[in-house]
Amino acid sequence: MRAMVYRGPYKVRVEEKDVPPIEHPNDAIVRVTLAAICGSDLHLYHGLMPDTRVGMTFGHEFIGVVHEVGSSVQNLQPGDRVMVPFNIYCGSCWFCKRGLFGNCNNTNANNYAVGAYYGYSHTAGGYDGAQAEYVRVPFADVGPSRIPDWMDDEDAVTLTDACPTGYFGAQCGDIVEGDVVIVFGAGPVGLYAARSAWLMGAGRVIVIDHLDYRLEKAREFAFAETYNFTQYGDIVLEMKKTTDFFGADVAIDAVGCEADGAFFQHVTAAKLKLQGGGSPVALNWAIDSVRKGGTISVMGGYGPLFSNVKTGDLMNKGITLHTNQCPVKRQWPRLFDHVRNGYLKPGELVTHRVPLEHIAEGYHIFSAKLDGCIKPLVVPTAV
Amino acid sequence: MTDTGPYTAQKPPIAESPERLRERIPGWGADLDPINRPSATRLQWQEDTGAHWEFPERQPEKWPRERSVEHKMLTPVFGTACPPRWLSGAIRRYSYARYSEGRSARWLLFVLADRIDAFENHVESFLRLRPDNPITETGVKSEFTHHGLRSRLGQHRADLKHQPLDPIIVAGPWAAAAGGAYVGARRLVDSLRG
Ligand SMILES: NC(=O)c1ccc[n+]([C@@H]2O[C@H](COP(=O)([O-])OP(=O)(O)OC[C@H]3O[C@@H](n4cnc5c(N)ncnc54)[C@H](O)[C@@H]3O)[C@@H](O)[C@H]2O)c1
Ligand SMILES: [Zn+2]
Ligand SMILES: [Zn+2]
Repeated sequence: MRAMVYRGPYKVRVEEKDVPPIEHPNDAIVRVTLAAICGSDLHLYHGLMPDTRVGMTFGHEFIGVVHEVGSSVQNLQPGDRVMVPFNIYCGSCWFCKRGLFGNCNNTNANNYAVGAYYGYSHTAGGYDGAQAEYVRVPFADVGPSRIPDWMDDEDAVTLTDACPTGYFGAQCGDIVEGDVVIVFGAGPVGLYAARSAWLMGAGRVIVIDHLDYRLEKAREFAFAETYNFTQYGDIVLEMKKTTDFFGADVAIDAVGCEADGAFFQHVTAAKLKLQGGGSPVALNWAIDSVRKGGTISVMGGYGPLFSNVKTGDLMNKGITLHTNQCPVKRQWPRLFDHVRNGYLKPGELVTHRVPLEHIAEGYHIFSAKLDGCIKPLVVPTAV
Repeated sequence: MTDTGPYTAQKPPIAESPERLRERIPGWGADLDPINRPSATRLQWQEDTGAHWEFPERQPEKWPRERSVEHKMLTPVFGTACPPRWLSGAIRRYSYARYSEGRSARWLLFVLADRIDAFENHVESFLRLRPDNPITETGVKSEFTHHGLRSRLGQHRADLKHQPLDPIIVAGPWAAAAGGAYVGARRLVDSLRG
């Protein structure tokens, strides 16, 4: 089969690989019909996630058709059209049974701290991902769902990570009616989070980024007020001013470890890899922009090492920090309702559809933010 | 009279009323009641996850699978991509066997192994006659097909300040290798000439 393969920082290509075999009785092999590239993949692509091995296939957002099932699979049959959450989880451990699907204890041998995800380095369990023609899906009776007939493919694929993560991000803000919510980052996760904040009754939603075309999308898709942080000497002070010097009730970090806005922080963390946890610029801005006793929801991805977070202000202000890898399938029933009711059309953020054979261009366009790119999809050849 | 705004018991008021927001934004307030938020209670018992086992069957271990020392045993299911090999593999195995996830040394060794792994694979790609090609593999061609200039000029982008570092990160090791090869070859030629 054809598969995207990582060749070292900033380099990927398509190679011929074997179709993955069934390794466990509850595995399924899924023929991928549509995959996506996620902001998280950029952290791998830039060489920021430790133990990202050359030869690995990335991709954790995908839909497809069941090709083969293991001997213990009861809920799926070959031919079923399925959407698969990015989390790989057993459904039976202490954590899964309590809904922490992103924190399964039975699927990531490499790390206790990290859950398992498709195509997300050995730090996330060493599973090959779905930017390929076929992918191994462990615990086929637990993660995947049949795609409802009424749902279109681009909605389905964005519902496997980016959209539920944004929605979960808004929930982690514990928004009450009339709250002022600031979302840092106007990528797919931030845009879905901003849109979801309204569902929870926010009174004002502000989105911050430095890419004008994404901020335009934030106004259009997420009905948000927007700020380009490069246009203000001090974005934190600006947030204080716009809230009558009170601060926001809630801030959502949808940026993660490659945050821009402070040259030194970005270069030491994202380029020179000296702050192994990543650049905490957006998180620090969040800490300084919320009011005392406010809440911060961290959806942005960070590395497993230290970084320069302003813990002092976090404590002095009595801020509540809520964060996790999104338990995707827990979000689905309610999100499906919202899609059906027309409250949300997740596929609206898709801007690019890249053939698998052009995967290198796809990564570059998304990484360098060319051509108005917000959400790129990957279309495998054999469909 | 001074405006005492944030120094009283009231929050600064919101400009738009709920009625206005409901009109303007599809679904505004649909999940106002936390009961409607699927993850409002973070730890919540899940009756039916689809799992029909108490503990999963064990996936056969086809090679000694590296695992975190913070795990009591190998997890019943694990990834099988890219088994560790060569020097990078030895470093990774050592680090997994030696350090907990709390130790910086563990992660720094992985970072080192990652760089060595890239080097090993570049060398192998030449030996296998499927050489790495930094031009096609970085996708820079899209700079010309997808408005590289127009996407940057006249924008207020913060990343323009450090994007010039990207080619150095990608090409630096190649240039160093080429330079090293050139110096080595010259020394060899000089010594052969006596
Ligand atoms: N928790 C989860 O389950 C989960 C799931 C998916 C993605 N993520 C993480 O969410 C983050 C965002 O993902 P995405 O797909 O939207 O990525 P993305 O790269 O498309 O978006 C990030 C955005 O942040 C902007 N940005 C950079 N520095 C900023 C700053 N200082 N302030 C404000 N904005 C800034 C960028 O310009 C970009 O638009 C990533 O870190 C990803 O790893 C987490
Ligand atoms: Zn993702
Ligand atoms: Zn589990």
